Amino acid sequence: MLENVSISLDGRALITISATIEPGSVLTVMGESGSGKSTLLSFVAGFLDPAFSAQGRVVLAGGDITSLPANERRTGLMFQDPMLFPHMSTGENLLFAIEGGSKAQRRAMADAALAEAGLEGLFDRDPATLSGGQRARVALMRVLLAKPQALLLDEPFSKLDHALKSQIRQFVFSEARMRGLPVLLVTHDPQDAAEAGGALFELGRNG
Amino acid sequence: MRWGERLLAAAPAATAGVLVLPVIFGLGATLLPALGYLPALGGDAFSLQPFRELLAEPGLLRSCLVSLAAGLVTTALALAVVAGFVAGWSHTRHFRVLQHLLSPLLSVPHAAAAFGLAFLLAPSGWLMRLASPELTGLTRPPDWLIIHDPLGLTMMAGLFVKELPFLFLVTLAAMPQVNARAYSAVSASLGYGATAGFLHAVWPRIHPQIRLAVFAVIAYSSSTVDVAIILGPTAPEPLAPRLVRWMNDPDLAMRFKASAGALLQLGVTLAALAIWIAGERAIGAYMRRLRVGGCRLRRDFAARWFFAAMVVLASGAVFAGLFLLGLWSFAGSWNFPDAFPRDLTLRGWERQLPMLERPLAITLVTGLCATAIALVLTLACLEREARTGSAGGSRAQMLLYLPLLVPQASFVFGLQLLFLAAGIDASFGALLLAHLAFVLPYVFLSLSDPWRAFDTRYVRAAQSMGAGSAKVFMQVRLPMLLRPVLAAAAVGFAVSVGLYLPTLLIGAGRWPTLTTEAVALSSGGDRRIIGVYAFVQLLLPVLGFFAATMIPAFIHRGRRDMRASA
Repeated sequence: MLENVSISLDGRALITISATIEPGSVLTVMGESGSGKSTLLSFVAGFLDPAFSAQGRVVLAGGDITSLPANERRTGLMFQDPMLFPHMSTGENLLFAIEGGSKAQRRAMADAALAEAGLEGLFDRDPATLSGGQRARVALMRVLLAKPQALLLDEPFSKLDHALKSQIRQFVFSEARMRGLPVLLVTHDPQDAAEAGGALFELGRNG
Repeated sequence: MRWGERLLAAAPAATAGVLVLPVIFGLGATLLPALGYLPALGGDAFSLQPFRELLAEPGLLRSCLVSLAAGLVTTALALAVVAGFVAGWSHTRHFRVLQHLLSPLLSVPHAAAAFGLAFLLAPSGWLMRLASPELTGLTRPPDWLIIHDPLGLTMMAGLFVKELPFLFLVTLAAMPQVNARAYSAVSASLGYGATAGFLHAVWPRIHPQIRLAVFAVIAYSSSTVDVAIILGPTAPEPLAPRLVRWMNDPDLAMRFKASAGALLQLGVTLAALAIWIAGERAIGAYMRRLRVGGCRLRRDFAARWFFAAMVVLASGAVFAGLFLLGLWSFAGSWNFPDAFPRDLTLRGWERQLPMLERPLAITLVTGLCATAIALVLTLACLEREARTGSAGGSRAQMLLYLPLLVPQASFVFGLQLLFLAAGIDASFGALLLAHLAFVLPYVFLSLSDPWRAFDTRYVRAAQSMGAGSAKVFMQVRLPMLLRPVLAAAAVGFAVSVGLYLPTLLIGAGRWPTLTTEAVALSSGGDRRIIGVYAFVQLLLPVLGFFAATMIPAFIHRGRRDMRASA
């Protein structure tokens, strides 16, 4: 839930938004590049550049996370690029996200995640050798393994080619629905918004 | 990670201290004896006596002028060749090749390069041997003063071949920041030749970024000691080696004159910098006139090949010299006109190895310790900067260059006197501290660009998965930046290995390193022994860079995106 959030830069207002995202549903924020949509995500995830000033609260699952450090917010963040760590194997990327557990438990969770994404047996693969679609799925499974309470998507489909785009989109949205995660999606692709099926918030050109 | 946070919080102050305090205290402790005040040696009252003694030295003006000329000529030549070469050749296939030829030269210690050049150019050197007796008709080395020539030309050549790769790499590092490629393309489409386009459109924005590095080259060249001892004029010597002789004189009363001389050296270097800045203004104004004059230099064929030839010549001379160092160390009998030794032998190595052991160990331990401390401080500063988002700005950049901009002879001597007064003279800690002041700037400058260019989305992705700062540092940032981290360490280690004057003065003869031993051998002139020492001195930094390449390649084997991009 975003409560009366407004972000400004040098006294110039960029974004003003107040919205509630139900578990399992998607709020799509659309706007041209430079409209401040990524800034909104940074604010929610806890990375807002100190040059900006922000008011309002972010409430997640009943708790106010506005002043928590980024790594305690449990807001899974995905970018245009999958951002798999290039120095780790595919499996190590997944293990990185898992908190606690014995070695065997962690490994079992990573293997289960790979299976869920249809990527059985790719644990030891170099992520650089995966296909674009495989990488996108690993990235999503990695975020989910960290047990987030919300998903923040920063145009995560914009670099996928056309055929893959809708397949990955559906995969992401259905995983989020299954887990009852509220999703905040920023994009400039109307197709994203259409498939997300949730509420739509447009950042005005004048805003 | 309490202690980790405390380290981060303390790092910027500690780094600034390492950079600034030795220079300030060193200069202060040089000033007092220069004015006659050094109670330990009976100087209780201020007087101008030390300066009077200094000015009474025969040939002092000439020493100053040679130093001044070395600083200006070497730097001007090296910078002109770098600018001309980059202008004419960047973004070409040949550039890549020459870049790989020039870059490794940065790791060659000044002394090793100077010895190599001496073995190449001396009247009995390799060039003369290759040409004799067929071309020259000589069967005995001619009686020419090539090495130690009175004008210091060979010394300047020795400095030139070492400063060229330094300025080249600094320039390369600045190129992406000014979007050099795009601007070159724009000026080419407006009909400018490659050289003119670069000098008009790109260089004016590169120059401010490399200016401090250029100043450091001026400061070093105008006050070099080891290169001057190996290649420089002898009667009189340039100012800095003369000072060092007084500083090490058994007659302690000479310390007063030496201190006055150290201040004079500072004056000479400042004068060189002032002349340089005036020259910059004049050339800048001239370039502005050319720029609006529309001079396109479409046919820059001759200029391009001239600069390429200079680069090939300079790097070729260093490589040939290094080859000669190795060859001499294994040479059996090698009489004058023969181009190659008659036989190769291990005798020189067998005889020198027992004596090499201690200097080698000291060089290694000092270099590794200084590099490790410098790396920890640098990483802590950069990590803190990444977490708090506040960089030091241009004043911090100035601090980094401070130990490189003040002539070593001017402040290290005072530092020695200070350590003496504190009773920690000639201790390993003092030696380490002195090395750190020179290693730290290079480590920091090498690492800061790649560190700051790191894609922070990796950090955000990790944090959004719940990873704390320590985990992000240890598992994401550090391993992904392993290559530049180790490359910076290799640069720092090479600097420590090659450091002559601070080792000599602060170590006070009790901590001989390969460099101080090799330079001390130069007056003996035994090429086989010099060959052994200089070769080992060269080997250490080379091994360092080799390790810095191989370790990341091994750790990140099987990870395609972690391969070196070059």
